[in-house]
Amino acid sequence: MSDPGRDGRDPIQFIDERTAAAPLLKKALRYLFPDHWSFLLGEIALYSFIVLIATGVYLALFFEPSLAKTVYHGPYAPLRGREMSEAYKSVVEMSLTYKAGLLMRQTHHWAADVFMASIVLHLMRVFFTGAYRKPRELTWLIGLALLFTSLLEGYLGYSLVDDLLSGIGLAIGYGVLLSVPLVGGPLGVLLFGAAFPGKGVFESRMYIAHVFIIPALLATLIGAHLALVMARHHTQFKRDARHTQRRLVGVPMFPGQAPRSLALMLAVAAVLFLLGGLVQINPIWQWGPFEPWLGTNGAQPDWYLGWLIGALRLMPSFDVVIGHYTVIPNPFWGGVAFPLVVLAVLAAFPWVERRLTGDRTVHNLADRPRQAPNRTAFGVAFLSWIFLVFVFGAADRLYVLFGVSYETLLTVFRVAIWVVPALAFLIVRRLCRELQHADRVEHERELAEQEAARQEAELMRRREPVI
Amino acid sequence: MKLRQGLLAGVTLLYGRRRRRLERERRAEQGRADAEQGRADAEQGRADAEQARAGAEQAGAGQVGAGQAQEAASAAGDGGGGGARTPARIVPPGLPDRRAEYLVVALLALAMLFAVGFIVVYAEYSPAEMPNQLLGVCMGGALGFAALALAVFGRRLVVTEEIEEDYPQENPREQSEIAQLLHESASRITRRRLLLGAGAATGGVLGLAGLTPVLSLGPLWDTAPLDYSPWHRGRRLVDPHGYPLLASEVEEETFYTAFAEGADREDIASVLVVVRLHPSELRLPEGREGWAPYGILAYSKICTHAGCAVALYRKPRFPVVEAKPALVCPCHYSTFNPATGASVIFGPAGRPLPQLPLMIDPSGHLRAAGDFSGRVGPAWWGVREGPPT
Amino acid sequence: MSRLARTIATRLRGAGGARARWGALTAAALLLAACEGVALAQPQDGVLTPASQPAKPTVQLGHELFEANCASCHGGLAQGISHPRPGAGDISGAAPSLHGVGAEAADFYLRTGFMPLSNIHAEPSNRRVLFTNKQIEAITHFVASLGAGPAIPHPKPRTGALNSGFELFTEDCAGCHQSLARGGFVTGARVPPLQGVDATEIAEAVRIGPYLMPRFSTRRISDAQLNSIIRYVLSTNRPDNRGGWSIGNLGPIPEGLVAWLAAIMLGVLCLGLGRRLRA
Repeated sequence: MSDPGRDGRDPIQFIDERTAAAPLLKKALRYLFPDHWSFLLGEIALYSFIVLIATGVYLALFFEPSLAKTVYHGPYAPLRGREMSEAYKSVVEMSLTYKAGLLMRQTHHWAADVFMASIVLHLMRVFFTGAYRKPRELTWLIGLALLFTSLLEGYLGYSLVDDLLSGIGLAIGYGVLLSVPLVGGPLGVLLFGAAFPGKGVFESRMYIAHVFIIPALLATLIGAHLALVMARHHTQFKRDARHTQRRLVGVPMFPGQAPRSLALMLAVAAVLFLLGGLVQINPIWQWGPFEPWLGTNGAQPDWYLGWLIGALRLMPSFDVVIGHYTVIPNPFWGGVAFPLVVLAVLAAFPWVERRLTGDRTVHNLADRPRQAPNRTAFGVAFLSWIFLVFVFGAADRLYVLFGVSYETLLTVFRVAIWVVPALAFLIVRRLCRELQHADRVEHERELAEQEAARQEAELMRRREPVI
Repeated sequence: MKLRQGLLAGVTLLYGRRRRRLERERRAEQGRADAEQGRADAEQGRADAEQARAGAEQAGAGQVGAGQAQEAASAAGDGGGGGARTPARIVPPGLPDRRAEYLVVALLALAMLFAVGFIVVYAEYSPAEMPNQLLGVCMGGALGFAALALAVFGRRLVVTEEIEEDYPQENPREQSEIAQLLHESASRITRRRLLLGAGAATGGVLGLAGLTPVLSLGPLWDTAPLDYSPWHRGRRLVDPHGYPLLASEVEEETFYTAFAEGADREDIASVLVVVRLHPSELRLPEGREGWAPYGILAYSKICTHAGCAVALYRKPRFPVVEAKPALVCPCHYSTFNPATGASVIFGPAGRPLPQLPLMIDPSGHLRAAGDFSGRVGPAWWGVREGPPT
Repeated sequence: MSRLARTIATRLRGAGGARARWGALTAAALLLAACEGVALAQPQDGVLTPASQPAKPTVQLGHELFEANCASCHGGLAQGISHPRPGAGDISGAAPSLHGVGAEAADFYLRTGFMPLSNIHAEPSNRRVLFTNKQIEAITHFVASLGAGPAIPHPKPRTGALNSGFELFTEDCAGCHQSLARGGFVTGARVPPLQGVDATEIAEAVRIGPYLMPRFSTRRISDAQLNSIIRYVLSTNRPDNRGGWSIGNLGPIPEGLVAWLAAIMLGVLCLGLGRRLRA
């Protein structure tokens, strides 16, 4: 006869005797998750990050972070005899000469793109359900820090390769850095070690930032983010009367939630590896090595920087000049001011909303988007502003595909990026109010029906003789 | 004599102490063992109660006689005589699902198959023929089937509970205790602000000192690299293969990339784009007469917007209906008119491309007649402060 | 007004029907607009051919075809018209002189379909070839007879080197045509992709410099270099896409679309996983 109480206790006893962690473990194991699919979106980001680390370790073992010149003598004919940097050559060899190198590289790159997309999806869920409100403002701020740090990390990652496409992107990054008023010039020289393309040290600085400094920062931020979430617990939707501000209803981490989360982790990894094998991404051997005097049409950054290229392209031609001093060079607006404004608006939003609504209470219940018409409308408008700028970043390709001239698109978008969000705000707010009204009517109707049914039942009961 | 007595006394004392300590430890151990036994007995009682319940269930299914069930129950009652009540279940029970278990195993087997497939494909093909798609499908398939197995496991073999509990509330007592702690700890301090100020200042200066080595990353406030240009009067132009450029070779309706002879090719102030227009088309800014012998113009190839290479050139075949010649940058489509000193006619660039004055030496080769008209590259604070240095 | 909005709201909440219909209408409108742009560049009515056409292409046939289809812009004697004036077929024409352009130019513009052009202000498109091969030969002979000019080139891409072709293409062509010859945009014009273009056409384009494209003479790009460039361009018909589906060889834009698709798919997966799973 087995003893279920004793089974499995020995390793637990082992751990608890040495770490006194049993109470903490029990709390963690029974942590309650709200039972709604949208709360899993953040996990997609987390698991993509894990895939990034795993594939990144592999890549780091094969990558040569040096801009020293070398000549390619490998099997890929179009590049044979071409002068290139050691960094570029190591990535070409990794892709074409090592067996699983291409799979790992492509999975890593897909993971980065999907990571950023899932962060944005998660951000939208948090925003539109009001989950950033007190007491979760710190979690929100850390999340924003994660968003922008990951953006930088991705940019540095694909710029390490020193191929034509990413080298052009690095030149633009240098131009944007220089456009910071007053200090931009010396700052650029400080970071690059010289004027662009800088001394070879810049490559190793990017490398160390990308494989060590920033991942450590990201891991810390993610840890803090998760710790805060667990300390304050998730928000929850008000499904029924049991869900209140004080009372949380959910599925415990163990045994209920764990298989779901683990399944999601494996599914994310599966999707990323499938993409890495089946869909080509960043085929750097087709672009060739970067040289500052070379260019290619249709050079684009990865999708998560598309909003910046759109902003840079939309700006009319002017530098703010006073006397001989170029106070604000043109790229500043699209490359620095625009993202800072977005960050500032998002970061300040919890406090601005508090001020505007006067609502300073703790919120553990998540709103349905329609329940906060102003917030939802603002969110949609803000997102459409960024999205339109982002779309314009691809306007040359739109022209090639659809034949609407770039110059026409430029004029149209310069107007649309202001008009469409304004319209969107008004329309969405109206829509939310109408939906709320429809809900209320529906609810009242249900109540009335229930009341009628109850009275009916009462009547029936009175009529029947009591046995 | 006294020494020996002393030693003896000491040893006896120590020995006694040791003996007493050992005795104490033994008793403690015994106590622990007893407690353990008690816990084990309680555990046993729980197990027996469980057994009894199972027995009762089975009895209900008619597989065990009622008498047996009663026996089991009384045995449970005896075993639980360690004084422990049988505790309630944490996780409610659920019905087993054999089919689900087999399904999970089958899915895991598929996952294993794909994983093995990955290893086989990896070993089988040479790098040149490696079917990346097959590798990806194997790895993705293995992970995917494992994910599916876990999903089925979670859906059918794991009890999904719905539990209520309180949200963590504020802790006003601990908050005030901490505040009190902080306040009372400062009871010996009389010059609080002075100490705090000194501490903050030290932290600041120490931090600054710690950050100072970062300045070795590069020159702190050196803008000279941004002003620098390798061009001077007499420096020859060479093509990308290193051959000097003959003026007679430069034709209209096309463009050339050129560098300063002997300079580092990656120096962005070195690279030029050279075009030739008909002299009658030129409308150069004042002071640049003679900068374009025979209509040959040289401009910096680095866009003044954000630093990409101005790699596009358009020229009209039939100027009556087609756009005039222009240098275009592929990044944000800044468009420069070479006839008017590369002024900006479209796009976001804020200033024209710097122009290099040209002259033709006695052997017919193109040479710079001076330095650029302005500093090269994207704009920064001092880009308009003067000519390149 | 409120009732209308409410109705819209309920409808939207209900079936996706209304929304889908609006979406379809908008898409159709956009598609029409796009087609319009392309259609505008093509001659409206096709080409005119003489009633009797001799069996072999002759200068005479070429002359007749020229008179019927090209003279309204190029002038009856192909001397060029420098100020647009109304001509036959309601076409307000202006075009450069063809004296001395040689068979090379005529062959290029006609075989690619850039010519004939009905609207001199529209962007020429290489989507529709209106003359038959015989007619093209005839007109080419005619134009060649107008003055000594370059003959149709005969490049030998097999003698070119792929690696120097790649390097030269990147230096001189990729700025407009994109590193993989997928085409692109230069201010004021679309740059065509080069897939499906044969060696002769590439050579002709490089030597002529049609429309806004720069002209590269043999001094600028030697015949040997041109052979290498052509060899590279031909290779872009089948680039090394061992990484998988190439999604157009266009770079990060389609890649971003796929990434979002994957993220949304995973989100949908969350829908399935996150639902209440009662044991």
